Amino acid sequence: MELFVQQLVAGLSTGTIYACIALAVVMIYQAIGHVNFAQGEMAMLSTFVAWQLMQLGVPYWLAFVLTVVLSFGMGLLIERTLMRRLRHAPPLSQVAVFIGLLLMLNSAAGYAWNFTVKPFPTPFGTGPFLGASWISQHQAGMLASTLAILAALVVFFRFTRVGLSMRGATSHPVSARLLGIRVQALEGLGWGLASAIGAVAGMLIAPIVFLEPNMMAGTLIYGFAGAVLGGLGSPAGAVLGGLLVGVLENMAGTFIPVIGGELKLTLALVTIVLVLVIRPQGLLGRKLVHRV
Amino acid sequence: MTTNLLSLRVASQHLLAPVGIVLASMALPAIANGFVLFQATQVMVFAVAILGLNLLVGFSGQLSLGHGAFFAIGAYVAAILMGQYDVPYWLALPAAGVVAFVFGLLFGLPALRLEGVYLALATFSLAIATPQILKLSVLTPLTGGSPGIAVSKPQAPLGLPLTDDQWLYYIALCVTGAQYLLARNLVSSRSGLAMLAVKEDPVAAKAMGVNLSVYKTLAFGTSAAFNGIAGALSAMAVQYISPDSFTFYLSASILVGLVVGGVGWLPGAFFGALFVLLVPNLAEGLSKGLSGAVYGAILIALIFFLPSGASTFRSASLLRTRRKP
Repeated sequence: MELFVQQLVAGLSTGTIYACIALAVVMIYQAIGHVNFAQGEMAMLSTFVAWQLMQLGVPYWLAFVLTVVLSFGMGLLIERTLMRRLRHAPPLSQVAVFIGLLLMLNSAAGYAWNFTVKPFPTPFGTGPFLGASWISQHQAGMLASTLAILAALVVFFRFTRVGLSMRGATSHPVSARLLGIRVQALEGLGWGLASAIGAVAGMLIAPIVFLEPNMMAGTLIYGFAGAVLGGLGSPAGAVLGGLLVGVLENMAGTFIPVIGGELKLTLALVTIVLVLVIRPQGLLGRKLVHRV
Repeated sequence: MTTNLLSLRVASQHLLAPVGIVLASMALPAIANGFVLFQATQVMVFAVAILGLNLLVGFSGQLSLGHGAFFAIGAYVAAILMGQYDVPYWLALPAAGVVAFVFGLLFGLPALRLEGVYLALATFSLAIATPQILKLSVLTPLTGGSPGIAVSKPQAPLGLPLTDDQWLYYIALCVTGAQYLLARNLVSSRSGLAMLAVKEDPVAAKAMGVNLSVYKTLAFGTSAAFNGIAGALSAMAVQYISPDSFTFYLSASILVGLVVGGVGWLPGAFFGALFVLLVPNLAEGLSKGLSGAVYGAILIALIFFLPSGASTFRSASLLRTRRKP
């Protein structure tokens, strides 16, 4: 039983990272109707920026805030310079640009900071949380941060003018534009937010997986699985899906021998395919209906 | 009489380029050294893989970011058959195609229910998971696990005075030629038209009596078979395979080659293959550490300035020949 609770909590805490990545994926899906395959590399670059700032002597929280702001700028910049011009390009061209972006960011990070694995500090501490043996301080901090981000996003999308117009712009772009909403500007905002959320995810997971240019490949797949499981159109679903995928990964790793370490990525693949085949709209998403 | 002459001239114009290319590529081993031949063989390997992906993306409208997985299946089937069961290469090649075809059908079945982004996601995760599946300890007796397997190069039969490199080049040339003709005939056949209809307008195609599921799955299987054969050829050319030869980078290269060559234009596969093989080298030459960044930048620039890739030039030449008479 103790093992079960321990694994459940460990699963939930890694799940928070997947939830953050899934949130970022959903933000961009909402903005452009496509999945950003370079999301993981963007988060990785942000994490390196945070590391570099700390190497220069900036205290953790200041570096954290600066990184989030800079990442927001990076997302906005990518939208302004690249994605905006590809609005009407075929999906294949967009995918190819994502791949180009992925290669560029990965190689640039490797060039600037080389491929050796670097430790990354945690602001929450590494000891047990409040004396409990089944959860560490870092895990508790990760859970709390993700829930805080989710709460902020819920407030943003439900109660602020900008958040409401963003929802309007994605569900009915033409009507939104007629109502005077600047749909283009909001797309940039979506990219910025996604990039900022990805940065938080990167900084939270870096103490666990360590910092290196390829740190995000596996995490991104789980983030995708979380987003698909929760429903690509729903931020709350993304968090739920991310947490569930984290728990599933840990449970399967502990209690099913072969899957253990060897088939972890395959588990994400199977999850994605199964969800898409059985319930394509995900747990909390709305079913898409095509008009013929 | 004049019409006959005219048609002869048109025919000769149309035949001139293909015949020239075939003759030139047959003569290449006489002048090129081993390394150039190896590179040329690799170009053909990628061309076959890109041809296969083109059948799927360009002619049935499904997207795949994970064709490296079928490439890997083909490579492993060929390596295992040749290494452990002493099967000759000329049997291992089609066997690799058949096994990849079956796997393609199997993956094509769930893919039937996925469209656009969703299919891209599923195939992307397939590409990322491939090395891990190949390393699976249960399969190690067959696959050799992480260290991989060495593959022996086919040798020229009947005492032909050809080096192994030259002989492999000719094998690759034959296979590529056959696959190209196969793809061309498939595209212009009844099935090819049905696939194209499925891509352009699924609802209308269905109304015309085209069975969407059958043609979509068949397209997936066929394109996987092309990739399997390409993988088998590649295993023979490189003489060594390991799980880490089949990362996401391979799948990405095949897709990039398709976009660069032009979606829906079969000869584009050769331009795409040249691009994915030569441009990384070029980028490496420009900047050692930043080769990936340079490659990515060239790719993005190409999409911005030449969205239909090499097929842009095709339409130009087509217009010219149409206007002449």
